[in-house]
Amino acid sequence: MNITAQYFAVFREQAGRGTEELTTSATTAGELFSEVSSRHGFADSLERCKVAINDELASWATPLNDGDVVLFFPPVAGG
Amino acid sequence: MSFQITDEAIDPVARKAELDHDSAGACATFEGWVRDHNEGETVSALEYEAHAAIASAEGDRIIREALDRFDVLKASGVHRVGYLEIGDCAVWVGVSAAHRGAAFDACRYIIDELKQRVPIWKKEHYQDGPSGWINAVTGKETPASDVDS
Repeated sequence: MNITAQYFAVFREQAGRGTEELTTSATTAGELFSEVSSRHGFADSLERCKVAINDELASWATPLNDGDVVLFFPPVAGG
Repeated sequence: MSFQITDEAIDPVARKAELDHDSAGACATFEGWVRDHNEGETVSALEYEAHAAIASAEGDRIIREALDRFDVLKASGVHRVGYLEIGDCAVWVGVSAAHRGAAFDACRYIIDELKQRVPIWKKEHYQDGPSGWINAVTGKETPASDVDS
């Protein structure tokens, strides 16, 4: 299926882009994170990061659907 | 009664008006400021980035939780993004309540949850050397995750 991935902060710098179109066999947000982590060399663990799907925070176990926009958030550091 | 992301300077005095309530006998506020050091490095400036829509929604959720959990009257918060200099106010949280205990507790709850849950990222610019994203594993020397403001 086709997914749009968006990267923020350190992930955007490591990926060298903010957005990319992916064709993937990953079935969950967590599986897609593993895939893009190996491709771009993201070193943070799933537990420390967050994901949003179509602009809503989601869990890593959320199933993906064709056309989803998946936002990958590195560890947050507000304040 | 809401959480905002702004790219403008935060005015804590003006913000306090959001907490006005005739039954309020206590007001607790927290300001996070940009400081000049972290983990032994001299910091010259900070850059904050957020996903504004999701950050606002999650911040609103945290404020609603605080209103449910504590005996408070009003609560509000704002986080600044962009390029900030030493001494600038990066985040402001304010709570009003009938009594001080609930005001302190709710204020602490909101800032602690904001730091854990809201998609905001901080990049430190150092006086001697390159910049670094806080909390992220970048493959180079990583600053500790538990930093204030």
